[in-house]
Amino acid sequence: MTTEELMTVAVAKSVDARGTACPGPLLEAKKTIGSIKSGDVMEVLSADEGTKSDIPKWCGKQGHEYLGFVDVNGYFKVYLKKK
Amino acid sequence: METNKNIEIADLQAQIDELKSKISTLENSRKDQLSMAIVSGDMDKILAAMVISIAAAAMDTEVKLFFSFWSVSALRDRKKKAPGKDIISKMFGMMLPKGKEKLALSNMNMCGIGPKMINHLMKKQGVMSLDQMFKEAGELGIEITVCEMSMNLMGFKKEEIIDYPNLRYAGAGTFVADAGESSIQLFI
Repeated sequence: MTTEELMTVAVAKSVDARGTACPGPLLEAKKTIGSIKSGDVMEVLSADEGTKSDIPKWCGKQGHEYLGFVDVNGYFKVYLKKK
Repeated sequence: METNKNIEIADLQAQIDELKSKISTLENSRKDQLSMAIVSGDMDKILAAMVISIAAAAMDTEVKLFFSFWSVSALRDRKKKAPGKDIISKMFGMMLPKGKEKLALSNMNMCGIGPKMINHLMKKQGVMSLDQMFKEAGELGIEITVCEMSMNLMGFKKEEIIDYPNLRYAGAGTFVADAGESSIQLFI
């Protein structure tokens, strides 16, 4: 998805993992994914660069759809759709 | 002619069946499981082991850790006492780090200043402390197996080992069996 599309996508749950470094954001994502429905979009806020590659890999393994990320000032938002 | 064809088909069928059984053996032999033998007792190495384990568990990979030799020091509880040790065991107990909070760095230890600096940086950058990591690991169902032989060798007693939800004592054979069915095997 393009940055414009991502910024307007309806987010069911937002996970703020900016306070934690690797593997914190991944762990937060795992803990939260269970609370949303299939087809819902979740965003993960992180300042840990590794998250940009870890979340897509995690999605690939779990079958969730990775949608992309948006850079914000000093952090970024990663979007995914639950399987 | 007809019989020959039948024989050929039967032969092919037998070969297909054999391949099928081989494939299913291959598919079932390696689980989505990480087995790690942790032998080092350095703070940095235990940290690396825990970060990888937690990441794996977050990805729903089954994680089994085998603590052996120097790493067993990391599982000692600094608040627990284990009375009734012989003199050599007492000496070992005193010389080896009492718990994960007391581990040294493999590099830049600088008589204990290094670990303090690393702990400070970790806190500043939001990296979980070793204590938090063990707590998370327990909640994620990461299994810890402590090498029974190392316990005896170092003179450690079960009474001084941390409270951890999924901890057991076993021998190297257990690690080999677990590792044999894991898709990822690591040694640190």
